[in-house]
Amino acid sequence: MATHAIETSGLVKVFGKTRAVDGIDLSVPEASVYGILGPNGAGKTTFVRMLATLLRPDGGHGTVFGRDIVQDAAGVRSQVSLTGQYASIDEDLTGVENLVLLGRLLGHGKAAAKRRAGELLDAFGLSDAADRQVKNYSGGMRRRIDIAASIISTPRLMFLDEPTTGLDPRSRNQVWDIVRIIVAQGTTVLLTTQYLDEADHLAGRIAVIDRGTVIAEGTPGQLKSSVGAGSVHVRLRDADQRPQAERVLAAELGTEVTFDADPVALTARIAGGESGRGAAEHASKALARLAADGITVDDFSLGQPSLDEVFLALTDRKEVRA
Amino acid sequence: MTSTSSAERTQADDYTPAAENLGAVLATGEPPARPSALSASATFAWRAMLKIKHVPEQLFDVTVFPVIMTLMFTYLFGGALAGSTDEYLQYLLPGILVMSVAMITMYTGVGLNTDIEKGVFDRFRTLPIWRPAALVGAVIGDVCRYLMASTVIMVLGLIMGYRPEGGLTGVLAGIGMLLVFSFAFSWIWTMFGLLLRSERSVMGVSMLVLFPMTFLSNVFVDPRTMPAWLQGFVDVNPIANLVAAVRGALGGQWDGSATMWTFVSAGIILAIFGPLTMRIYNRK
Repeated sequence: MATHAIETSGLVKVFGKTRAVDGIDLSVPEASVYGILGPNGAGKTTFVRMLATLLRPDGGHGTVFGRDIVQDAAGVRSQVSLTGQYASIDEDLTGVENLVLLGRLLGHGKAAAKRRAGELLDAFGLSDAADRQVKNYSGGMRRRIDIAASIISTPRLMFLDEPTTGLDPRSRNQVWDIVRIIVAQGTTVLLTTQYLDEADHLAGRIAVIDRGTVIAEGTPGQLKSSVGAGSVHVRLRDADQRPQAERVLAAELGTEVTFDADPVALTARIAGGESGRGAAEHASKALARLAADGITVDDFSLGQPSLDEVFLALTDRKEVRA
Repeated sequence: MTSTSSAERTQADDYTPAAENLGAVLATGEPPARPSALSASATFAWRAMLKIKHVPEQLFDVTVFPVIMTLMFTYLFGGALAGSTDEYLQYLLPGILVMSVAMITMYTGVGLNTDIEKGVFDRFRTLPIWRPAALVGAVIGDVCRYLMASTVIMVLGLIMGYRPEGGLTGVLAGIGMLLVFSFAFSWIWTMFGLLLRSERSVMGVSMLVLFPMTFLSNVFVDPRTMPAWLQGFVDVNPIANLVAAVRGALGGQWDGSATMWTFVSAGIILAIFGPLTMRIYNRK
């Protein structure tokens, strides 16, 4: 039997009358990124907090590398590190003080903790900011120091709770690159996110959570194909040709076509193939058809299904086990 | 301030993660052994010291507040109660010392309440360390603040004409007892800090307890002037007991029974509120 980083069965957490987590069964293989995808309030953070031993479950079981999250909470803590939704770093302290503090708490001596802090600040491009209070850091720098703090001792499992929420695209890419490097060294990452895009870029498997339950689980490709391959956005040169283009696309793709706010633009959904790979093929045929009918296309793009679409599709069909 | 920091931000954000650099800093092999309870608590106390260094405004309550208390009560009551402020100061100073520090202990609860709301405590709670260390360290940090307040009052008292008959030994012993008791006493507010939702409610509860405990005591007047039922309360009031012990030490006339009861009451408070606080902390 393969080792699992995380296994849960029927995990439940109730706050008052709300069942924040309502029976989650999950197994996360070792040395991979596992994405937990869901909207705000779906129960992602509550689920992670139970696994990180911050909350006691009200029902069910969970293990991290075979250690029970309730019976052996101390054992779990020795394997994991947590990077929170809001930087889990002391904002009043400087970058170097934060890392030395955590290094000391992880058992490093004074000199070793200082050396380790220096190495990490260097590697994360924060040497210049080492002596500034974290409250003066930018969003991207905060996430970086947060992740640096999580790998002072390399954890076997790292919780990344919405690591890029509120970051600009450049900082987001930096965080993604860092995560990939850490995973390549053998750490398992449990990533929660609201962005399908992010889960798609990083995660090997994804569980979609809504109202405390898993409504779908699988690889990113499987999830996307289960909701259709996405959509094609077309910009015409001439707004007058839009009704004609709509008819052509509807006939060719056999799906719903909508007009965008921009008078020359329209969007057509593409029906999903087995693996979602047919999208480009369908789209190019449809575009060829437009050209053949004398409709000038200035620009086009293929869009992935959005989280909204995934959700609408999944909540429509309830139990989709890809 | 904000303009310089935003300029620094843009320059420092010019960063590309490189696999060779990051891969190299990932620690391999066994992590070091977990720190002892003492070492972890000391680290958290160091964190409290760093906080004072970065946010020196928080020293306001241990410097200005005791000065105001000492000046106000000496000159307000001195003439009426002892005939002269100089004579009254000899009686009042040990009392006002205890009262000020006892009042300041409530900021421990308030501070913890705001601190715990921040994300960093989530990280502390997922570390494989002795669980009470974060709270014990915070309280030890606060004991350093109590020491500052005590020093401020003693220095001010000396300037105003207070002369401790117990000499340096008496002063050190008195302040030492006060700090031991305050360390234990702080756990009451630590518990409320975790239990109550807002800073304001922590303040409210603290005042409700602290006002009667400090005023209905021997801080300002000799309890023999009080009605019998009130004397009964003063007799069992641990703050009054502490005042008697500290007054004895500072005045060079040791009060053995008050000293003993000070340590006993500190032990009892710690034995009740320490575990209660930890229970709440673990369940939060």
